[in-house]
Amino acid sequence: MSMTLTEKILAAHAGRERVSPGELVNARVDLALANDITAPVAIKAFREMGAERVFAPERVALVPDHFTPNRDIQSAEQAKLLRDFAREQNLPYYYEVGRMGIEHCLIPEEGLALPGELIVGADSHTCTYGALGAFATGVGSTDLAAAMALGELWLRVPETVKFVLHGRPRNRWVGGKDYILFLIGQVGVDGCRYQAMEFHGQAVAELPLDGRFTMANMAIEAGAKNGIFPPDEATLSYLAGRAKRPFAPVHPDPDAGYAAVYEYDVTDLEPQVAFPFSPANVRPVSAAGHVPVDQVVIGSCTNGRLSDLRMAAQVLQGRQVHPGVRCLVFPGTPRIYREALAEGIIETLVGAGAAVSTPTCGPCLGGHLGILAAGERAVSTTNRNFRGRMGHVTSEVYLAGPAVAAASAVAGHLVSPEEL
Amino acid sequence: MAVLTGRVHRFGDDVDTDLIIPARYLNTSDPVELARHAMEDADPAFASRVKPGDFVVAGKNFGCGSSREHAPLALKAAGVAGVIASSFARIFYRNALNIGLPIFEAPEAARALKEGEEVAVDPVAGRIRRLSTGEEFSATPFPEFMQALVAAGGLVPYVRRRLAERGGRA
Ligand code: SF4
Repeated sequence: MSMTLTEKILAAHAGRERVSPGELVNARVDLALANDITAPVAIKAFREMGAERVFAPERVALVPDHFTPNRDIQSAEQAKLLRDFAREQNLPYYYEVGRMGIEHCLIPEEGLALPGELIVGADSHTCTYGALGAFATGVGSTDLAAAMALGELWLRVPETVKFVLHGRPRNRWVGGKDYILFLIGQVGVDGCRYQAMEFHGQAVAELPLDGRFTMANMAIEAGAKNGIFPPDEATLSYLAGRAKRPFAPVHPDPDAGYAAVYEYDVTDLEPQVAFPFSPANVRPVSAAGHVPVDQVVIGSCTNGRLSDLRMAAQVLQGRQVHPGVRCLVFPGTPRIYREALAEGIIETLVGAGAAVSTPTCGPCLGGHLGILAAGERAVSTTNRNFRGRMGHVTSEVYLAGPAVAAASAVAGHLVSPEEL
Repeated sequence: MAVLTGRVHRFGDDVDTDLIIPARYLNTSDPVELARHAMEDADPAFASRVKPGDFVVAGKNFGCGSSREHAPLALKAAGVAGVIASSFARIFYRNALNIGLPIFEAPEAARALKEGEEVAVDPVAGRIRRLSTGEEFSATPFPEFMQALVAAGGLVPYVRRRLAERGGRA
């Protein structure tokens, strides 16, 4: 019987021939992960469950990335809970500041998310790993505790919606962020609620892995359970020398049943921007009007990868950040940071007047290192622009890709790089 | 579970987890501390206004955004007896069931109920009654497995039992 990519992975992990949308299955978990906000709650639930050992230490990852390097005493106490638990349980994949990266940049880079796998994380953007052809979804802390204790979790098999992106964008600054913002703008923030988004088409096939991570990352912003790409040559070469476990890529059946199929041509797509206060409030940058900007944030689990920093540097090369703008750059992992150093990207960014930080979630969630005052506006490469997301409840976040963010840092207002 | 009676606090569509509990307060997971800031960015007076047993009523996609379990925890600790909405975001739905915050997917009730009015909710039957008129609305029933989960008192006791079974087999 024919199945979508998500259905196939769930069937395999539930020990079933086939599964259908709507069914509840108990599925085996290949990796369970949590961060410094969600793990403390999960560890508490784990103890209350009477669990003593995690089901497999090499299949649990803890990444303290949100309030680290610690913002205050309370967050230091939370981070300590992870550290102590990692020691107690002998977890090989716990990452201390200095080796720590933003979880959804770090886990794939470490080769801990693989095609055909089933991954649950106590963080909504766990769906990022769908870029590699894994079923990956965000859960809460109690679910994560159950997964750590049992090595399995109940899941409802989602319907799958197929998105086919045809063509090749003419605009050189258009990338994965623009594709996914455009799609969220089309379907809305609950357009794919409880569903799997499966991505196909020439534009997707030609999109480098970094761009696929960006797209899968924001599937949750359409309400989806997961976003997923059929693995291909690019996937395998990304994983070469990285994969920590053997894996078997899974592909959707050609005649699989989809709840809906959406097809778009991206040939003439412009860079996209999501206006406050919804990731679905999307328009092309040319229709942005005059939006003065106080802060620009480049980084996060959405756009903190090497090609994102490279694109920002291409825009900032030979230019200066506007005197009225704070431009903050957050490489996703220490490795990305080092590669950006080696390529001269960091030199360019700092030379242009940007501030480059050690990897952390920082301002993305209004945590620290770049909080907005009342009424301030930021252009940010992150994934959420909800009210108060980056600071004061009257502050505003405009979501864009790294090229528009960097261009806006130069201009002091929201703008496309072509207009500089 | 007994019938729950309380007042309605209304919110709109797409109430996200940053509105339910802003990330700036997530340096703790203490429910009492979290409850103080429940719904703060949507309604700064909510935490002081809400009475134990009250209901949050909202439109579509309630709880969208982050996976933070702190969101249902904050509402529960603030005294909220349950959330009635047209629809719930996926992770919030799981989290609420897992920690034992009653939720009701009831589009008609979500549309009809007014700020400040009193409702009586039968969580088992999924029936919501407007006290002023006696008008009744029904909620979408949970699938059987989830009913069992709720009856077991949430995911923690459920896993505890599973672990005990495994221990018994070993
Ligand atoms: S970078 Fe932002 S969205 Fe990504 S995990 Fe960190 S806080 Fe969440």
